[in-house]
Amino acid sequence: MKRTYKHALVIGASSGIGEELAVQLARDGAHVAIVARRAEELERVARRIREAGGTVFAHAHDVRSYESVDPLFDRIVDELGGLDCAVYAAGVMPRVVEGEYDFAKDRAMLEVNLVGCVAWMNRAALHCEAQRAGTLIGVSSIAGERGRRGAPVYCTSKAGMTAYLEALRNRCSRYGVNVVTAKPGFIDTPMTQGMSGLFWLISAAEAARRILKLANGRGRSGFVPWRWSLVAFVLKRIPSFLFRRSNI
Amino acid sequence: MPSELRRAPRRVVAGFGLAMRSYSHYLEPRSTEELARIFGRAAEEGLHIALRGTGNSYGDAAIAHRELVVDTAGMNRVLSFDREQGVIDIEPGVTIRDLWTQVLPHGFWPAVVPGTMKPTLAGVAAMNVHGKNNYKVGPIGDHVLDFDLLTPAGQTLRCSRTENRELFHAAISGFGMLGAFTRMKLRLKHVESGFLRVETIRTRDLAESFAIFEERCPEPDYLVGWLDGVVGGRSAGRGVLHAASYLPASEDPLGAARSLQIEAQELPSRILGVPKSLLWMGMRPFLNNLGVRCINAAKYQASRLHRNGHRYLQSHVGFAFLLDYVPEWRRAYGLGGLIQYQPFVPRAEAPRVFGELIALARKRGMPPYLLVLKRHRPDDFLLTHAVDGYSLAMDLRVTAANREALWKLGHDMSEIVLAAGGRFYFAKDALLAPHHVRRAWGDERWNAFLALKRTHDPRGVLRTDLARRLLGEELWGS
Repeated sequence: MKRTYKHALVIGASSGIGEELAVQLARDGAHVAIVARRAEELERVARRIREAGGTVFAHAHDVRSYESVDPLFDRIVDELGGLDCAVYAAGVMPRVVEGEYDFAKDRAMLEVNLVGCVAWMNRAALHCEAQRAGTLIGVSSIAGERGRRGAPVYCTSKAGMTAYLEALRNRCSRYGVNVVTAKPGFIDTPMTQGMSGLFWLISAAEAARRILKLANGRGRSGFVPWRWSLVAFVLKRIPSFLFRRSNI
Repeated sequence: MPSELRRAPRRVVAGFGLAMRSYSHYLEPRSTEELARIFGRAAEEGLHIALRGTGNSYGDAAIAHRELVVDTAGMNRVLSFDREQGVIDIEPGVTIRDLWTQVLPHGFWPAVVPGTMKPTLAGVAAMNVHGKNNYKVGPIGDHVLDFDLLTPAGQTLRCSRTENRELFHAAISGFGMLGAFTRMKLRLKHVESGFLRVETIRTRDLAESFAIFEERCPEPDYLVGWLDGVVGGRSAGRGVLHAASYLPASEDPLGAARSLQIEAQELPSRILGVPKSLLWMGMRPFLNNLGVRCINAAKYQASRLHRNGHRYLQSHVGFAFLLDYVPEWRRAYGLGGLIQYQPFVPRAEAPRVFGELIALARKRGMPPYLLVLKRHRPDDFLLTHAVDGYSLAMDLRVTAANREALWKLGHDMSEIVLAAGGRFYFAKDALLAPHHVRRAWGDERWNAFLALKRTHDPRGVLRTDLARRLLGEELWGS
């Protein structure tokens, strides 16, 4: 059964999967609040939603300013008149080259991908548990399944996010809250631009469509699109002594 | 710091029935000084406070959505206990459980206890709680000798029947609106044995249930009726009544020295072989109109296994704390939780009014799953619920689908109760509207209460969701 939402919040909505999720939620009738760091990009997405006849509230906010999450969340809930869906789609993946151990980059990934997710989703979970309803969607990644040499801390942040979302699901499902973990494979977004060796690439709009479909179930965790679960199945079973010699 | 309290951690906080829910900042002060500082800061930051103990009020009396909940259950030292006189001086975070375990081995029992031992004395006093012996000994307020009240204005006032009399009679029954109890002295009841002699009386309908109360009161020390709220027709209001009286030491089969020990009082850890902590899950499939009908019928028929007037001995704990037999029983009501509705109606009108209420709830398809009938007497606390009459506690299931209809039912029931001169009880309330309270207590009492509120809490710091609902318009324009 297709779930519909009245009041949705999308964090990380200025591009990629987050943008498309916001657009599709608005198209399905939800009043949408969009949050992202880059104000101009955010305004572009807001215009896109308005032009399609949707209702949108945009808030420029860096997910690393954790102190402002609480008041901003309250403001958004008041503005929307409630909240029944929150999406965390903010994520960064700066390139890390062979031999580079850059703490600043690594820290940014942990702060945006993982700590920001905990800050926002905790706040949304508090709201949803109290109202005994709501859907929380986290856009994690297949990258969280293994610690790969090419993206060490990105994998770490997504593994953390996947574990956190699972814990949140175990915590909140008894209160009627639907926590969804979406683990995309390769998606055609600004994040993957210029990367080599991509395959099975789908558009961000297609990914968003599949993520909302995933959220129609109860407490699902899944790969986007589904065929990436075959890759994950194999990936997880490669023994460590082989994995460390490979270039995956 | 400009917004120290606003940075305090938040958590989901619900009323006991889990139907009234909120999230708020949450603090657990350990001392009066800390509490006073929180009062001061909250006023500066424009944050409102709900005082909370162990969270046993059914509705929204101890929650404040998006504001600040101050949990004082940690302030729970016993300050002194006079074993000769049976007088105990406590910090009011002490619970009924703490209290009876402390005093029973010395031959005392709290004079008034509710159906659960979990509440704190601060909560019990703020709500002026009654027991199954209200007609005989009054509410808990009648057994409080004095207390210290920390007001949001920052004063600590000693209150008793001779000192700050008005505040004494208003803070007890004042649902935490006038200040926080920081010390309290109580007089305890002397008991000779750890047992009560209990008699069960089966009744065929509501009229007979009332007839037994009229016939027996005030002779037994306790009298309470369980009624079937689901069955209709001629059997409506049938039930099982329990009358109990303190046992003289000479009749105690264990001997008072043993029966007064805590070990003789513990509730069973398993019921029918099932660990208590899991029992609520087994109840869950039955908490619907059909399931309760079956359970109630079985319970009623089971009472036929004994002849009417069957007598037995039961521990104080076993008789008093029925709600503690099945831990977390409220969760069996499912996600929507439950509310309790407990009107108090003058004696002459009670049989008619309660009959109408049960019939109305049944007609609307929301029969009460539990009904408890008790006898009351008036007392001199400002917003007391007690009248010379009866109360009927009704447990009503809340679901996402019935919520609106249930609130409408509550409103209609309140109109019937008010027309008969009835009152309500803040510890149980979820449904009342502002115009109901003025009618229930009358302008004189209500205005006196509002005047005290303005004096002792001029900035309206103490503001629970219940207060916002009932006082909001008059005091704060919202």
